[in-house]
Amino acid sequence: MAESTKQDIGKLLAKQGILIAFALFIIGFTIANPKFLTLDNFENVVRSSAILGVMALGVTFVVISGNLDLSVGSMMSFSTIVVLDLHDKLGPTLAIPAMFAMTLCLGALIGFLVGYLKLNSLIVTLGMLSAIHGLTLTYSGGKNMDIADKEGTWFAIFGQGNILGIQTPILIFIALAALLGIILAKTPFGRKVYAVGGNGTAATFSGIRRARVVFLCYIMSALCVATAGLIQASRSMGSQNTVGQGLELEVLAAVILGGASLLGGSGTIFKTVIGVLILGFIQNGLLLVGLDFSVQYVVTWIIIILAVWLDIAAKRGKLMSPIA
Amino acid sequence: MTEIIDQTTPTPVLRLEDIVKTFPGVRALDGVSLTILPGEVHALMGENGAGKSTLMKVLGGIHQPDEGQIIVAEQPVVMSGPLDAKAKGIVFIHQELSLADELSVAENIYLGELPHKRFGLVDWAELEAKTNAILEKLKVGFNAKTRVGDLSIANQQMVEIARALTVDAKAVIFDEPTASLTDAEKVVLFEVISDLQEQGVGIAYISHRMEEIFKITDRISVLRDGQYQGTVNTADTNEENVTQMMIGRKLDLSRNEAHHELGEVALEVRGLSCGSLFEDVNFEVRRGEVVGFYGLVGAGRTEIAETLFGLRNPTSGSIFLDGAEVAITSPHDAIERGISLVPEDRKGQGLVLGMNCRDNMTLPQVDDLKAGPFVADGAEIAIFDQYRDKLDIRTPGWKQLVGNLSGGNQQKIVIGKWLSMRPNVLIVDEPTRGIDVGSKAEIHNLLRDLAAQGYAVIVISSEMPEVLHVADRIVAMYSGRIMRTFTSEEVTEENLIAAISGLNTEKVA
Repeated sequence: MAESTKQDIGKLLAKQGILIAFALFIIGFTIANPKFLTLDNFENVVRSSAILGVMALGVTFVVISGNLDLSVGSMMSFSTIVVLDLHDKLGPTLAIPAMFAMTLCLGALIGFLVGYLKLNSLIVTLGMLSAIHGLTLTYSGGKNMDIADKEGTWFAIFGQGNILGIQTPILIFIALAALLGIILAKTPFGRKVYAVGGNGTAATFSGIRRARVVFLCYIMSALCVATAGLIQASRSMGSQNTVGQGLELEVLAAVILGGASLLGGSGTIFKTVIGVLILGFIQNGLLLVGLDFSVQYVVTWIIIILAVWLDIAAKRGKLMSPIA
Repeated sequence: MTEIIDQTTPTPVLRLEDIVKTFPGVRALDGVSLTILPGEVHALMGENGAGKSTLMKVLGGIHQPDEGQIIVAEQPVVMSGPLDAKAKGIVFIHQELSLADELSVAENIYLGELPHKRFGLVDWAELEAKTNAILEKLKVGFNAKTRVGDLSIANQQMVEIARALTVDAKAVIFDEPTASLTDAEKVVLFEVISDLQEQGVGIAYISHRMEEIFKITDRISVLRDGQYQGTVNTADTNEENVTQMMIGRKLDLSRNEAHHELGEVALEVRGLSCGSLFEDVNFEVRRGEVVGFYGLVGAGRTEIAETLFGLRNPTSGSIFLDGAEVAITSPHDAIERGISLVPEDRKGQGLVLGMNCRDNMTLPQVDDLKAGPFVADGAEIAIFDQYRDKLDIRTPGWKQLVGNLSGGNQQKIVIGKWLSMRPNVLIVDEPTRGIDVGSKAEIHNLLRDLAAQGYAVIVISSEMPEVLHVADRIVAMYSGRIMRTFTSEEVTEENLIAAISGLNTEKVA
């Protein structure tokens, strides 16, 4: 009897390991600071996670297809700077599509290199991380970019507005998550992404044009990055060149926390959203508990490692690897 | 059934008693018992999915049994893993070797327990001496310093066996040891096994190959669907009886003599060459016909299939489908034109193991199964159900991950995947590699049925009984060229072997 209960718990852990870890964090933080579990704080967390979250949605496609995207942080800086600059030159109506087009070109370049030329995605996107940073600096001349007339534009709506009492960044995140979640789970394209990441050779032998699928995943990623840049620009109405720096690793952490495999072939948009929220709640919780900002970096990392360990341990049913 | 053990029986080296192991949806082992005596070679047989691998995993401590006991030298034990099993004297020689290619034979044998001197430096002299002592016992033609990567597969297997001999082995379990050995290499392996036997080691021998089983084993235990079917003395039984125990019915292994009307030429190949892989290949396949491609590994058969499927570009020659010349530039293109390929490497090329049965089966046509922008769930399940019934695929349901199915059922998923595309030409490369005897017969009958229904079928095989059984005509290849095409009346085992060995220079295309 005890044995079977133990097994059931094991099974539950294996299936929902990350969710249980998440619940434990929330209980812990709530005990430490009762403000943690309030609707206001919840909204606060989701809003501050929205930019990271939107980027993580796109990276989920790339990771499931069996590749990496480390360029999203500097690409987001690029989008933000470009849309702020063009806002004053062309007006918001033209600036937004122009920025999307430019960001998608960068995504297409990466997609071409990784998909059609079959170059290693780690090398390509790591290189693009610094190349795009250089591109942004060249574009801006190294200066911060600001919208001159902050009152006389409707541009603030994406970052600061709200619809029916819900803040727009949250709405955009939810809408995009729903849309991309359906694409990934329900369309032929989504199915092909899983096949390519699960076994690329078998996908080719099934007539799937692998290069095209990988290419489209990077387009998805760039599309999400452009959206994130738009929210960022609209929220701050001005920006440094380095606004997205370091985000690529947080994005990847969120996707992996959600349970996508770095080897490709597994993961879902829903899980990524959970991963994003876990990361958001951890950082928020640490802030409420009153930890110094610099300590947060370390503690965040420790918690991520712990969560991933719990998840893997639950899957294999042992804390330590059976093969050392 | 009870085991045949008389009063004079020596103490068994290893006993498994009423082992039960269940996985979600499957009772993989249902009260399995096995007794290995010192100095005997004990065959463990059963179809793929019968539970042999699970039983070995339980024995090796990779799975813990739900019920039952493992008894080593009359002591009940709990195995916590393969290393623990080895420490208790139970050693596994696996089908897939686990050696480090870049290291020497000696380093591989003593990996993890290298003898060392002061300051933790490896004692190379002692390592070499200990290794050579073991290698001498095995009478092998290489020494302690040889790099493992430079050895043949058979010799690498000897290294694995040598590794087993470093401990005081009570029982050695061989899992399909001859799968990649030549006939000469097998003889050496069998000698080693008989030496081990003389030293009183108990041997468990897992294999699908009947002739080996009857040559070297003393007793045979059979599993079917996770259930113990009994143990017989090898001397008291024959192939037919064992097969019947394994599959629960009789097996038809006759020649292909079923004749039916042939239709139009579906595929015609003229002067096709691809670099040095194959040259000037000419053949045709009619609807309703099974054409077998027989030859040695590396004769160019798979490469022809890959060219027809758009995975390789031919350097010259032409391909005609239903009389019209076509250029096939990609698998996507080939599929659009009605050519399907069941590839040689089921797990590497045929399936996405982490995907479920249904999604694997509908993968090539997922673009055509749409309801609005979405994949049509109902249509997909309908296809899966249809081919599951037609091919008798045994799985708890479409949600089952393909990686959890047995080899035969996996192969049927791949075949179903292509049949559901209703191809004009179906190419099947090594359709029964690594598949047990019962599923083999089913797949052979299926290929015959497909031809009868009007499909043009190409079967590539390295097994002579297989091509003789399924093919209407046999194309014999040697070194990238077609040596001769036989009708099923002309072919004999002798002239077929002569043709694929390059002995027969008479070329009839």
